[in-house]
Amino acid sequence: MATYQEFIQQNEDRDGVRFSWNLWPSSRLEATRLVVPVSCLFTPLKERPDLPPVQYEPVLCSRANCKAVLNPLCQVDFRAKIWACNFCFQRNPFPPSYAGISEVNQPAELMPQFSTIEYIVQRGPQTPLIFLYVVDTCLEEEDLQALRESLQMSLSLLPPNALVGLITFGRMVQVHELSCEGIAKSYVFRGTKELSSKQIQEMLGLMKPASQGAQGRPSAPETPATCRFLQPVHKVDMNLTDLLSELQRDPWPVPQGKRPLRSTGIALSIAVGLLEGTFPNTGARVMLFTGGPPTQGPGMVVGDELKTPIRSWHDIQKDNARHLKKATKYYEALANRAAVNGHCIDIYACALDQTGLLEMKCCSNLTGGHIVMGDSFNTSLFKQTFQRVFSKDYNGEFRMAFGGTMEVKTTRELKVSGAIGPCVSLNNKGPCVSENEMGIGGTSQWKVCGLSPSTTLALYFEVVNQHNAPIPQGGRGAVQFITQYQHSNTQRRVRVTTVARNWADAQSQIQHIESSFDQEASAVLMARLGVFRAESEEGPDVLRWLDRQLIRLCQKFGQFNKDDPTSFRLSESLSLYPQFMFHLRRSPFLQVFNNSPDESSYYRHHFVRQDLTQSLIMIQPILYSYSFYGPPEPVLLDSSSILPDRILLMDTFFQLVIYHGETIAQWRKAGYQDMPEYENFKQLLQAPLDDAQEILQARHPMPRYIDTEHGGSQARFLLSKVNPSQTHNNLYAWGQETGAPILTDDVSLQVFMDHLKKLAVSSAA
Amino acid sequence: MGPMVWYHPVKTLFQCVDGPHGLVSACPGQYGGPMGGPQPGYPGAFPGGAAQMAGPPQKKLDPDSIPSTTQVIEDDQTKRGGQVYTTNLRGQVPPLVTTDFVVQDQGNASPRFMRCTTYSFPCTSDLAKQCQVPLATIIKPLATIPKNEAPLYVVNHGEAGPLRCNRCKAYMCPYMQFIDGGRRYQCGFCNCVNEVPVFYFQHLDHMGRRVDVYERPELSLGSYEYAATLDYCRNNKPPSPPAFIFMIDVSYANIKSGLVKMLCEELKTLLDRLPRRGKNPWKLRRVRDGHEQCCCQSNELSESAGPLLSLPHCERGTTGPGEEGAESSGVRVGFVTYNKILHFYNVKGGLAQPQMMVVSDVAEMFVPLLDGFLVNFQESRSVINNLLDQIPDMFADTNESETVFAPVIQAGMEALKAAECSGKLFLFHSSLPTAEAPGKLRNRDDKKLINTDKEKTLFQPQRLYEQLSKECVASGCCVDLFLFPSQYVDMATMGEVPLRTGGSVYKYCNFQVEVDGDHFLCDLRKDVEKPIGFDAIMRVRTSTGFRATDFFGAVYMNNTTDVEMAAIDCHKAVTVEFKHDDTLSEETGALIQCALLYTTISGQRRLRIHNLALNCSSQLADLYKSCETDALVNFFAKSAYRAMVNQPLKTVREILVNQTAHMLACYRKNCASPSAVSQLILPDAMKVFPVYMNSLLKSAALVGSVELSTDERALHRQTVTGMGVEESQALFYPRLIPLHNMEVDGEAIPTPLRCSEERLSEGGLFLLENGRQLFLWLGQACPPDLIQNIFNVPSFAHVSCEGNSLPKLDNPHSKKLWSIVSHITGQRPHSMKLLVVKQKDRSELPFRQHLVEDKGVHGGASYMDFLCYVHREIRQLLT
Repeated sequence: MATYQEFIQQNEDRDGVRFSWNLWPSSRLEATRLVVPVSCLFTPLKERPDLPPVQYEPVLCSRANCKAVLNPLCQVDFRAKIWACNFCFQRNPFPPSYAGISEVNQPAELMPQFSTIEYIVQRGPQTPLIFLYVVDTCLEEEDLQALRESLQMSLSLLPPNALVGLITFGRMVQVHELSCEGIAKSYVFRGTKELSSKQIQEMLGLMKPASQGAQGRPSAPETPATCRFLQPVHKVDMNLTDLLSELQRDPWPVPQGKRPLRSTGIALSIAVGLLEGTFPNTGARVMLFTGGPPTQGPGMVVGDELKTPIRSWHDIQKDNARHLKKATKYYEALANRAAVNGHCIDIYACALDQTGLLEMKCCSNLTGGHIVMGDSFNTSLFKQTFQRVFSKDYNGEFRMAFGGTMEVKTTRELKVSGAIGPCVSLNNKGPCVSENEMGIGGTSQWKVCGLSPSTTLALYFEVVNQHNAPIPQGGRGAVQFITQYQHSNTQRRVRVTTVARNWADAQSQIQHIESSFDQEASAVLMARLGVFRAESEEGPDVLRWLDRQLIRLCQKFGQFNKDDPTSFRLSESLSLYPQFMFHLRRSPFLQVFNNSPDESSYYRHHFVRQDLTQSLIMIQPILYSYSFYGPPEPVLLDSSSILPDRILLMDTFFQLVIYHGETIAQWRKAGYQDMPEYENFKQLLQAPLDDAQEILQARHPMPRYIDTEHGGSQARFLLSKVNPSQTHNNLYAWGQETGAPILTDDVSLQVFMDHLKKLAVSSAA
Repeated sequence: MGPMVWYHPVKTLFQCVDGPHGLVSACPGQYGGPMGGPQPGYPGAFPGGAAQMAGPPQKKLDPDSIPSTTQVIEDDQTKRGGQVYTTNLRGQVPPLVTTDFVVQDQGNASPRFMRCTTYSFPCTSDLAKQCQVPLATIIKPLATIPKNEAPLYVVNHGEAGPLRCNRCKAYMCPYMQFIDGGRRYQCGFCNCVNEVPVFYFQHLDHMGRRVDVYERPELSLGSYEYAATLDYCRNNKPPSPPAFIFMIDVSYANIKSGLVKMLCEELKTLLDRLPRRGKNPWKLRRVRDGHEQCCCQSNELSESAGPLLSLPHCERGTTGPGEEGAESSGVRVGFVTYNKILHFYNVKGGLAQPQMMVVSDVAEMFVPLLDGFLVNFQESRSVINNLLDQIPDMFADTNESETVFAPVIQAGMEALKAAECSGKLFLFHSSLPTAEAPGKLRNRDDKKLINTDKEKTLFQPQRLYEQLSKECVASGCCVDLFLFPSQYVDMATMGEVPLRTGGSVYKYCNFQVEVDGDHFLCDLRKDVEKPIGFDAIMRVRTSTGFRATDFFGAVYMNNTTDVEMAAIDCHKAVTVEFKHDDTLSEETGALIQCALLYTTISGQRRLRIHNLALNCSSQLADLYKSCETDALVNFFAKSAYRAMVNQPLKTVREILVNQTAHMLACYRKNCASPSAVSQLILPDAMKVFPVYMNSLLKSAALVGSVELSTDERALHRQTVTGMGVEESQALFYPRLIPLHNMEVDGEAIPTPLRCSEERLSEGGLFLLENGRQLFLWLGQACPPDLIQNIFNVPSFAHVSCEGNSLPKLDNPHSKKLWSIVSHITGQRPHSMKLLVVKQKDRSELPFRQHLVEDKGVHGGASYMDFLCYVHREIRQLLT
């Protein structure tokens, strides 16, 4: 029997699924007592080079409200050519094409190794991918130039048959017509006037093909699937390149003391309206490039007076953010419209100040788009991140998928409570929907408009089996994930993942259940719940809730004598969990101190969509230490790891920090690395750089790269993350020479653990 | 609207007497001979008068015996033509507008700038009421000055700005009396005594005049300009040069007719001829206060009939040294095309090709771009030419026939506003704007309304356009409208904005490139090149005892005193009516000062001042003696055309007739020597007034006829509103020039004949011109060799009236004809399309309309009948 570690890893590799518990408590009551709900992280499009898609339609259960897909867990009567649905027990005949089925001749979907299988299906005409650039022109010339270049470069990365469109905005919004020759033509909209989708299409001349003659073009040859504003890249490549190179800064003068008028809200609504009218239910990416906050019209985040600063957390807490609610509501409505049509919205926001991500985040969060935040378009951070959006997989296909819907089916003892991730509810209230909502609940189907291989959703379940109706020993619960999407090569595909776990009686088999605990997955799953709550609740409430959950978990599974904190022990499967929670409490996902609302939104955005590994890095950054004493080693994220003769490499997902200890920094300053006799020092300096490069290569979005040293101002990035085991308060008391003191009043892990133990063993609790 | 003279009921009856200059006419019993070619059954004769007038003739009357306009014009030309008219005397009556004369400014404004209905005001309001002669002046502040007259000086007091009376704010002028050894001056207008600023102090001579009186234009001239300081500028910022925006309707009709192609082609060359700084036709000269510069008087100045000024320290040129003959125009240009949506163009110099920006949101118009929309033609020449090449192609396949109109004006105005400059919109529009947008119009032309009390509604503009013109004026946006309609376009509404903003309307019905192309291009060129000032405010100040009460013109009045004009060009005139406040003194006379604040084409803020002193008299005879018929007609036309929007046309005509009779009856009663009641006695200065008045009554606007197009009538009405005296004179009494027996050598234009069919002869060839239209009438028996020479066809039958049938031939007759035509068109602000009319042909009807001494084609009495009717009215008034 493999260990749970191996089992978990194997399951993740095969199905992209990680459950909090790998043995499920057999009744609702027991499940609640486990504190961490039965839940999982699911990566629908996990890259599976070893999994070739099959070229036929999945076989569905014939019960109208079930429609589960035939899977290896189904019982099959090969003679009668009948299979029993493992979710609803309906007996279904095989379709005629399965006539030759037998024990030795099984279709792939019945084989256990194909618990995850992908079908290529025929659904209507194939439509090319659509990329609609929405570009802010209120930029500094240097930024605009960099952006122009990035956009021009991106044209060469797009699939040649993809449709591309361009909307630019500043004080006005311009929709550029790409098919015209001779004269560059664009339709201009006022940046302050909200228009319905119908009005937009009317004004763009998309409603009545007959009247298009007025624009000097014959209307007949245009097929309904094309439109003047969205043209195949290979056709308009040159045109668009020229157009981009002539793209001017917003020509309206910006008076002293004012912000440029930026109509982001209207620009997005026109982008959404345009796609809504022309290509509903087709994979499309709206890519918003903005260099500042929306300052006019619906969706405005801040007025154009520079003397009124953009809202801060302080303002928000004091209910002083004038435009916040209105703008958020506006962008939410837009995002929902886009989501309904399967279009996703990316936001590339590059500015030194905030750009209104807090208000606009839902556009990406609800549609599965990317958010990238940088200081300037003229940084490698933006340029490479943007380039990486168009990266290709081992098959040479884009790592993006569109218009996905994910459906969850459960066996009857289990119901789905909700999902947390870049998705919206499709409001499908099937039989397996729990009334108890966690995250986005009340449905068994979610729309995920933009998907990448790493897009990961958290799904929360509820055990509904009553305590007095136990599940027979050896019974298994199953969950099926059906993800339909448009592949980047325009194929429609369906990926089906069916997983099962054993039921266990929590009273008799609590040890088993405990050892089936996946503390990494659980930490991320609980963190997502916390972040989800933080969006709507006050920060301290969320922290209190997290603490309570942690204490309850420790009480449930800890070994201790009542009221004796020193006796407290946790088993191996839970040993790291408190530490994760400690770092989570300090993370920017829950702490807004020192972060702008935009930054918080940005961090949270990435946290609720990345896979487990990345999420864990975000919660507890990784710290590597480089020294002459041995190969690089991971060290504790602790102030005691900061030593003068070490180089540290910290990866927080968003930042990569290389920190040179005091001595190392002095040597480097003295230039030893340039002397041939200190070749090894040179190598030592180089080692973390190479490792950092490796991480930089793979990650999307590109992390901010920071090279600093002892005493450097940028060292704060490291100091703020490490566990402050030595602070100015306790340094002298401890009298140790190792490590670096952190000037903070934050509690250290040690203190946190002591408190936790005390509370866990307290009989009063 | 305030009460006008013609509202006054006739109170008294008068006894007529023959005046010293009176003209004795035949008694009415001898009137009434049928005119040649009677038009029986034409409707719309004069109210209450037609029936009687059309009574059976008693005796054939000699048409030569009634006062002849051509004779009056000829006499004045003989008497005063070619002479120098010096404006040193108060109240002197200038030569007629038709007379060739040279003005020398010696303290009063040239009659080209200001022309009054009478040069001797009655001293009391009672007298004024008694005679009912309107007291008015027609001011054409930017009138063109002939080459042989002195251009205006520009006075620059630097930071101090123009010198003004502290109380009434009148500008320094020759009527200011310096006292106290030159330390103070008394305002001629309000009598307030002001301190002379230190920088302006000068000693007085033994006559009490300043020593430097002849060195300062503002002390010795009737007209001059001041350089305005920032206080006179919008938002206290120096103005930018104005911009011209060309807005081309590219709907089906304009594309089909070939207009768009032709226009785009023309613009490529036309834009090189935008008004330039150095080539300012007003030839202003500049006087500096600092006296730091000195330059010689040019030959031109000494040759011209300039004022007798010795300006030792003056400089010529319009804007200062170094700018004379500047190569490029400061005027920026912009382009918009539209049908039911608008297309703006970015034609910034650096672009490889123009960029089109479509604005479909016509409900709330806005300007999509600022930088790159208004550009200097020189800098963006290649992009603009590229654009002009492409526009006809881009819309070649259009099938959009609907247009918008108000949003287009709105867009142009917003563009100017955004660019913070004033300017002019050139709209080339085809049809009634029926597309769904603000200002959408419908066909409301209803012939059933004609000759009813509701007829006036046909001439009332739609409300939204009134608001729009107000906004346009507020932002200094002038609108010129070139219309190419094929049917009704609601001229009354569409012409409203151009009318109120000092713009012009040109209308080419059923435009065809081959036929009307040259005509249109000629108009366009004239319009683009004509001298014009922008963002203007005019104020008319008077000496105590009377004041300006009413203003007629292509202007906008926000209050009762400030005349606001988005733009004013060299042809636009404002007619100002005066009323008594108090008794005027014969000694001091009546002073009028007109100050026009405007922005020049190169973006300078200027004040143009015109001063005029009139006599005052307690004798009505003096008033009648110094009346100016042409100015009176101008006044009556403008006031009648304004009234017709609010009153039934019948009432308007009645008032005109009554007032005519009243004025003449008053003369007969008070000024003429006793004579038989049956005699019609007219004051000398007004002896041709009845023929003009009759012509006005028969004009398209006032005559109620279903045969005239409503649009034509509305356009006529609007056009007259901004007219000066020269134009209105020609309009109401066209020139009929015989060509068949002219001297082919020499420059002289044959003496015009009276506008009557009787003057035409079967064997003749005649040219008729009224400033708007040009007809060439060909008699049936015209000699074939003349026909050959002129038309290049062998006989009358071969002459075609279609299209441009008149060739330019290399023979003396043809050359002479064309030289006359070009001379005439040169005199007029509009180009005129020459229409060939054959005797007894269908095409004769529109021509005959202009034979104003005859019975009106569309109704209205003949001159003789009208005179007869007026005489009867006078007699009734006198009994």
